[in-house]
Amino acid sequence: MVSGSDARLVGQSYLQNLQVQSLAQHDRMLCFELLECLLDRYSDAVAALGDDLVYGICEAIDGEKDPRCLMLTFHLVEVLAWLFPEPSGPLASFAGDIFEILGCYFPIHFTHQQGDDFDIKRDDLSRALMLAFSSSPLFEPFAIPLLLEKLSSSLPLAKVDSFRYLSHCVLKYGVDRMGKHAKAIWSSLKDAIFTFSLQGNIFSLASDLPDTMGFEENDITKEALICLEKVILQNDGIFLSLIVDDEDVEMILRSVTISNSYNSLSVESKQKLLAFGRIIVVSAKISSSSCDRIFHFLFPRLMDILGLSSSSLSLECIPYGSPVSFGQLNFGAIYLCTELLAACRDLIVGSEDIAPQSVLMQVSWCCLLQRFSGPLTTFLSSSLVTSMKQENCDANIYSGVKGLRTLATFPGWFLPISKSIFENILTVFMSILTAGCEETLLWKLSLKALVQIGTFTEKFHDSERATSYMNIVVGKIVSSISLDDSSMPYSLKLDAIAEIGGSGMHFMLKVIQGLEEAISANFFEASSKGNLKSVEVLIPLLECFSKKVLPWFHKTSLFEDIVFHFVINIWNQMEANTTFNIGIKANELLDVTMMVMRQAVADCSEKNQGLIVQKAYNILSSSASFSLKEPMPLSIPLKTEGLQLTQNLQDFSCRDEWLISLFASVIMALRPQTCLPDVRVVLELFMSVVLKGHVPAAQALGSIINKLPATIDSVEVSRACTLEEAMVIISKMNLWSVNGNSSFRKCNVICKSVENLTDLDISANNNAMVQTNVLVGLAWIGKGLLMRGHEKVKDITMTLLRCLLSTINTELLPIQHGLSGNDSGQDMHPLVMKSAADAFHILMSDSEICLNKRFHATVRPLYKQHFFSIMMPILLSSITGSDSSITRSFLYRAFGHVISNTPLVAVITECKKLIPVLLDSLAVSSVDILDKDLTYSLLLVISGIIMDENGREAVTENAHIIINCLVGLLSYPHMMLVRETAIQCLVAMSGLPHVRIYPMRTQVLRAISKALDDPKRVVRQEAVRCRQAWASMASRSLYF
Amino acid sequence: MVSGLINANPVVYERKERRVRTAPFSADEYAVEPIDQQEIFDHIRDIKDPEHPYSLEELKVVTEDAIEVDDKHSHVRVTFTPTVEHCSMATVIGLCLRVKLMRSLPSRYKVDIRIAPGTHATEAAVNKQLNDKERVAAALENPNLLDMVDECLAPTYA
Repeated sequence: MVSGSDARLVGQSYLQNLQVQSLAQHDRMLCFELLECLLDRYSDAVAALGDDLVYGICEAIDGEKDPRCLMLTFHLVEVLAWLFPEPSGPLASFAGDIFEILGCYFPIHFTHQQGDDFDIKRDDLSRALMLAFSSSPLFEPFAIPLLLEKLSSSLPLAKVDSFRYLSHCVLKYGVDRMGKHAKAIWSSLKDAIFTFSLQGNIFSLASDLPDTMGFEENDITKEALICLEKVILQNDGIFLSLIVDDEDVEMILRSVTISNSYNSLSVESKQKLLAFGRIIVVSAKISSSSCDRIFHFLFPRLMDILGLSSSSLSLECIPYGSPVSFGQLNFGAIYLCTELLAACRDLIVGSEDIAPQSVLMQVSWCCLLQRFSGPLTTFLSSSLVTSMKQENCDANIYSGVKGLRTLATFPGWFLPISKSIFENILTVFMSILTAGCEETLLWKLSLKALVQIGTFTEKFHDSERATSYMNIVVGKIVSSISLDDSSMPYSLKLDAIAEIGGSGMHFMLKVIQGLEEAISANFFEASSKGNLKSVEVLIPLLECFSKKVLPWFHKTSLFEDIVFHFVINIWNQMEANTTFNIGIKANELLDVTMMVMRQAVADCSEKNQGLIVQKAYNILSSSASFSLKEPMPLSIPLKTEGLQLTQNLQDFSCRDEWLISLFASVIMALRPQTCLPDVRVVLELFMSVVLKGHVPAAQALGSIINKLPATIDSVEVSRACTLEEAMVIISKMNLWSVNGNSSFRKCNVICKSVENLTDLDISANNNAMVQTNVLVGLAWIGKGLLMRGHEKVKDITMTLLRCLLSTINTELLPIQHGLSGNDSGQDMHPLVMKSAADAFHILMSDSEICLNKRFHATVRPLYKQHFFSIMMPILLSSITGSDSSITRSFLYRAFGHVISNTPLVAVITECKKLIPVLLDSLAVSSVDILDKDLTYSLLLVISGIIMDENGREAVTENAHIIINCLVGLLSYPHMMLVRETAIQCLVAMSGLPHVRIYPMRTQVLRAISKALDDPKRVVRQEAVRCRQAWASMASRSLYF
Repeated sequence: MVSGLINANPVVYERKERRVRTAPFSADEYAVEPIDQQEIFDHIRDIKDPEHPYSLEELKVVTEDAIEVDDKHSHVRVTFTPTVEHCSMATVIGLCLRVKLMRSLPSRYKVDIRIAPGTHATEAAVNKQLNDKERVAAALENPNLLDMVDECLAPTYA
């Protein structure tokens, strides 16, 4: 514990004995730290030292150069100023001296590199110095002249820093002290803003829908504008008069409004115009009084220039569309006017929280605005309308739209804008929107403006305006859905509708209603009358619904009733319409409808989902073709089912296909908790349809299996069914046999049933097709099981494997012999085997359609890794064990599907064993053009292994075969990505130990020189890099 | 070896914005993209000047317009402009250009390198030297020269 007197003694001795600047850097730093500690902790004690202390510190810090010490010295000055604030104290007498020391450092010139060991940056030093500068008003007589002087420096950094310091000091030094500098400050600000405002492009409208017209602020103007804001905030009277009375401003105002069109302005004038706009915005936004001042100064003059003041006496609105009779389009005036209005609006909107009434009382400018709002609106509207007809420059359009948008978004309680004007503005935008036959800038900006106005009215709960908006914009655009005007492309119209709907809840409700009506009307037309045109309209409508509207609801998660009614509505239509027939494009329409159905159902709650399922089920069961009765004894349906097996999908009537597909879509999207009616019946129904090759049914089966509860608490729902029961049903259906006595029992069943029907003349192909369908069904069921982590998936994969291994299984052949002779039996198998191999793809890959998070699937963590680790040993041993080349090729295929869908981390841990098989699999798949996606995904696995640090060892060991394989893929003709990736892999391979890869060098270079002549540019570029990587590892002659 | 630089204070121009090719992604897998001016320029723009840390593009030694390419007939001609008339580095620059293009283009190409007419004192001699197969091969046997060329080419492989 150090007492106050001790501290004082230390201070005294310090001042008397220490010659700080003659010490080494580290010692100096200790001295400063000591001093800092004294000032911080024992301020009272050391303050008594008075003049001596201040003088001593001056001496100590004079000429300091080390950044670490400087940080301390700047802080010392700051503390000192805090210690002696009185204007006649010790600091006052030394202020000039201290500032002389400090002033040398400004602006901070910092030459240390970034990689230096002490982590002090230029910004830190600069900030510390700024705090020291502003620490005491006593520095004002010295600091402000210095800063103003540095503003005229040619060093950009000095300017930026000066403005930054000025902004900071102004507030600290106070109004009284700053008053006398006002003129000088303003003139420097003016210079900086007008001179440096623009060094890049002037209007960068090329970028997509800019919010502020391309005004690329550089640092100098940015700081200058901040500084302007600060000084006006402090003393608005003096600065605003300076701005208003400035002759230069007057001249600029005259020069930028001298010519009418934007293009005829010189670059310099454009620059001045933008800078002037910025000054207006900044100064008007500060307070309502400053806004008032600026507004009165500028607005009437602008109105004069635009030629509006004469007609301003009459408040009535000239109907829009009348040619511009007022003056001409003076771009400068319009631009300044819109900027000014936007600034006023921002001020009003920002101040709304504080006290609306008080703002209202003291603004006289709003009367002025109110007086001009009518003519101004008309003027801007007609300028936009004329610009629709003739070419106009983007800048004009931009300003016009912005002006109208600003006028329309003045808060209602402030009310300078009357209702009729608001409606006029909306009408203008709407007319632009509906006339817009293509996406022009005007069209895009108008749409955006409408959306913003909508969002604004919604946000401010302005009921009157909301009504206007609803009637004029939403109502009109919604009614245009059904109108068949060709002026606007349909997809564009739908985009606009979705955008506008998104601006507010009520608007969205209205939009939904309109869309629903249109959908159901067209659906009726299309389905009952086979109206081709309706089908064409319906597809984009449904797409819009699923892509724009449903995600919006998904986000807000309210109003699921609306979605529910939409779904029910579709089902009602399906029910009512018994002569359902859609001709051409039916499949496309069905796909879209199923997508919408899935998404909509997925968003519903359990209760509503239950209702939907019940409804769908009832409709389905009333259809004649699906006899949904209580399950019959399981042996009998097989026979009758067998009869139906002969049907193809084509045998379905159009309505039946729609019914079953939509029902399947509903089932796919259900939540796990939703109860299904008659699970058993539904399962059987789906299974019978699966045999006909109906994929959605298979997906629905998988979804059911995935979500069924493992146990049921009680018998509350008599028809409910657990997973176990469902599996029993499925296995009893003999899609496959769980007790694997016969290796190909499942097909046996089908074959047998087919055998009974030989008189129906079934070709072997048909038989193969049925088997293929069964495999697809199995794959989806297996996926459902796999994702929930159920062990039964093993049975399914075993069945799949048996299919793969069965070519040489002579047990099966007799059946085929009996059917259609030796040869056709041989023909049939590859197809079935292929689909068995592809079933692994279904099992492992992520599906967009069902069984994912969006559709509430039960997903066990790491299920892919788990499956991978189980399957790999089996597949590997089967591959080595098989001696038929066909079998092996299909095993490779299955292997490829599994490995390419497994997370890379899992693959890498096993990669030593896997690489050779992986390469073989790649070789097999690269033969057929149809397998190019598989080839690519396998190549990505290889590339992942090569890039990974942990795979390095295995890659080095197998370098030879990997390079051989990659070189082979360099000429893969069917996919550019494969060639590109192969070359990138080769580049990575060149980083391996040279001993391993050098022998392959010539071979690689030869192959690469061919890739230099690849038809695709990207491949050629990669080839150049690769060639260099491999060539430079040894002799550097021109050719290798 | 002359002490000091031949052109001590060259004019440095701004680099051109790298044009991103807007190839439609769904483009035909089998469509052929012929080698064109821009592609050749991309190969050589980053070659470093032998005596300055600037690229040939920055010194305007090569420009896109000075490249003639005929993909069908497998011929390319690059015309470059030395920064000063008596520049003895012209041969080295030419050699760099040739080596870079030989390493980057398919072997079917004939590469023609020449100095822009009227920009160099010994134009004819340099042109002859640069297009003489034997002399180019001989030059590349010289390890010093090869090191120099490789150093100039290094930035192009970045």
